[in-house]
Amino acid sequence: MKFDAKTREKLAFFILGMIALIIILPIIGVIAYIIKNGATALTWEFLAQPPRNGMKEGGIFPAIIGTIYLILGTMVFSLPLGILAAIYLVEYARENWLTRTIKLAIINLSGVPSIVYGLFGFAMFVIFLKFGTSILAGSLTLAIMSLPVIITATKEALEAVPKSFREISLSLGATRWQTIRYCVLPYSLPGILTGTVLALSRAAGETAPILFTVAAFYLPRLPRSIFDQAMTLPYHLYVISTQIPNMPLSLSFATALVLIVLVFLMNLLSIILRAYFRKKKLW
Amino acid sequence: MVEPLIKVVNLSAYFDDSCVLRNLNMEIYKNEILGIIGPANSGKTTFLRALNRLNCLHANYHQKGKILLEGKDIREMKDSILRKKIGIVFALPQILPMTIYENVAYGPKVHGLKKRKQLDSIVEEALKKAYLWEEVKDRLHTSANKLSGGQQQRLCIARVLAVEPEVILYDEPCSGLDPISTAKIEEAMRELRKNYTQILVTNNTKQAARVTQRCAFFLMGELIESNTTSILFTSPKDKRTDDYIRGRFG
Amino acid sequence: MSPKLQRIKESILEFFIKASGVLIILFVILIFLFLLKDSLFFFNSYSLKEFLTQGKWLPISEPPIFGIIPLLLGSIYVTFFAIIICVPLGIGCAMFIAEVAPSFLKNILKSFIEILAAIPSVVLGFIGIVWLGPLVKRIFSIPTGMCGFTGSILLAFMALPTIISISEDALRSVPYTYKEAAFGLGATRWQALWRVVLPAASSGIIAAIMLGIGRVIGETMVVMMVTGNSPVIPSSILEPLRTLTATIASEMGETVRGGLHYFALFSVGLILFIITFIINFLADLFLHRSKK
Repeated sequence: MKFDAKTREKLAFFILGMIALIIILPIIGVIAYIIKNGATALTWEFLAQPPRNGMKEGGIFPAIIGTIYLILGTMVFSLPLGILAAIYLVEYARENWLTRTIKLAIINLSGVPSIVYGLFGFAMFVIFLKFGTSILAGSLTLAIMSLPVIITATKEALEAVPKSFREISLSLGATRWQTIRYCVLPYSLPGILTGTVLALSRAAGETAPILFTVAAFYLPRLPRSIFDQAMTLPYHLYVISTQIPNMPLSLSFATALVLIVLVFLMNLLSIILRAYFRKKKLW
Repeated sequence: MVEPLIKVVNLSAYFDDSCVLRNLNMEIYKNEILGIIGPANSGKTTFLRALNRLNCLHANYHQKGKILLEGKDIREMKDSILRKKIGIVFALPQILPMTIYENVAYGPKVHGLKKRKQLDSIVEEALKKAYLWEEVKDRLHTSANKLSGGQQQRLCIARVLAVEPEVILYDEPCSGLDPISTAKIEEAMRELRKNYTQILVTNNTKQAARVTQRCAFFLMGELIESNTTSILFTSPKDKRTDDYIRGRFG
Repeated sequence: MSPKLQRIKESILEFFIKASGVLIILFVILIFLFLLKDSLFFFNSYSLKEFLTQGKWLPISEPPIFGIIPLLLGSIYVTFFAIIICVPLGIGCAMFIAEVAPSFLKNILKSFIEILAAIPSVVLGFIGIVWLGPLVKRIFSIPTGMCGFTGSILLAFMALPTIISISEDALRSVPYTYKEAAFGLGATRWQALWRVVLPAASSGIIAAIMLGIGRVIGETMVVMMVTGNSPVIPSSILEPLRTLTATIASEMGETVRGGLHYFALFSVGLILFIITFIINFLADLFLHRSKK
């Protein structure tokens, strides 16, 4: 067999295909493994009851509730700020050092390690602002962490709106804000929504930022105010896999399963939203 | 001697370092249709857009000289008020992705008009003046996308009329349209003369001859000459004007 | 609403919009300042030179020794092996997606990469404990599977989505004319890819690698759960070690607030912040170059 260029190409492409396979198979494997080992313990009682007997029995209900509270809190703090900041960058900012610094700041925020966010959240919200370990502190920390994703998604959505819309609106005598409010924002909402759901799905799965800011090992009651601590799914999984001796593995797998189902459902939601709005193409 | 509605004094316009308009002096009178003719890149569009300060949307634009509307420098007016008084129709029909009704009602709404009955009558008035009412009165609340090119352009005229401007600027409005649509738009312009001042930038000298009362010839950023249309076209003072009108270049 | 009231309302709104933009810068500065403040408390009582050069991290000994070298080396070790695994895999997969795969396969692959990116780190850490760790232990016959190598494998998978998507972007944005020129000279698709497109996309790919490194260095949960938590200078990747990130996460709960150990952890956080700041800054420079 001649080892010419054509054969080399076939070999190279084959290797590349194998590489893709090496990456895909473990992904499928991990998910199948968790489903297989966790599905049996995934009962209605598991989802609706609190843990008993040092986490070794019972369910994960408080952790699910805590995670949902955190998601909502993160959204409340990060969405308005993120959208406004993106509006500033796209519609108001001029090419100057301030704009470049803001863009650099966004890049840096997106690269800060999650544990450093946890340290910062602890120092600033728990200690300095005296919020204590609370849903408030945890949400604020996760909100700052989610800002870069929301700002970037909103920026792209705003920039996708044709420039002619703005020109038309301004030429009819509308102010800059009116133009944004009536001619740009309504058409960028789909992109903003999609990006937000994605950012929140990431925040839901994070453990490091909430270690010192909100997470509780065990709470006898559900949190009643934003100043309360909360149990959360990621932290719960961490604790039962590392700190509880003789933990029944099926419960651990079931917890992992619930967490990835939650995150995947949110991801799926953002994908469906994206496809739905793409079909309703307005221009 | 009638006072001009708009007076342009020593206007020069630049995009970064390149000069697009050079020392322009011009007067525009009430209720006339003024034509601006000349080959491409003469600064016609830049001049038009300087009148309602649309050029300032570009970061690298700057200008010298002044433009007076009814004696007042337009730089001293709020942009939104200036653009309410001086409306513009662009070359390609630019519609918003809304219904026909909403397109026309957009202007009045942003200027504070909320009452449904008032908006209804303003929309109807504007569409009638643009010679579009008969064709769309039964489908006001359908998407404007479905209209033909000529209809969309008349929609743009109606949109401008709805904010009750004093001046309407046209930037080569018929360039993509068929002769019938063009005729309808020219008919509308003639009717609108009674109540509005209009400035028409056009590449089509024959259209300028049909519609305008006065005409100005621009070449490479300079105003070469301006005069009553019939005089400009039959006995122009400058040879370059004559050459352009006769089609020797362009 | 009267025009004057409308104008006032809009001015207030526009003020908030501008403030939001500036607030972002403020957050970065705030993070840095809070880390710096508590680090300075630490360096008040402990020598900076010793912190940076000591080969031992013994926070609970008498007197406590806070040398960052074992932690730094732990992070570097784990990152190095993770990068060795994920860079060839990632770039290879990006090449496959960008140039070789038919379009239905492209979409399937991209979906899988998105799925991988969505898996929370704590879940991967859990998999490391219950499956990968014991597997590594068996294969290499080592006393425990909770070692640097297990962590590296998992970290490599975590960094893959970043490397793949940015590399794929870089490959796709190479102008078609480059490939056309290569075909015109008789090259096969592979030759065009390997000799022309890949080098042309090098800035973007370098940026992708740097961002992958940044991601790996900053990861906490996986390393905390899987690499053994032993803050000594590792002699091989098959031994337990401790990274900068895991140190902060696991020791914070045991410190006394306001104690020396507590402030020491902030200093570790500061070092992390500075390292990832530099990496991200450089990566962005490379991304800018690739977009020109």
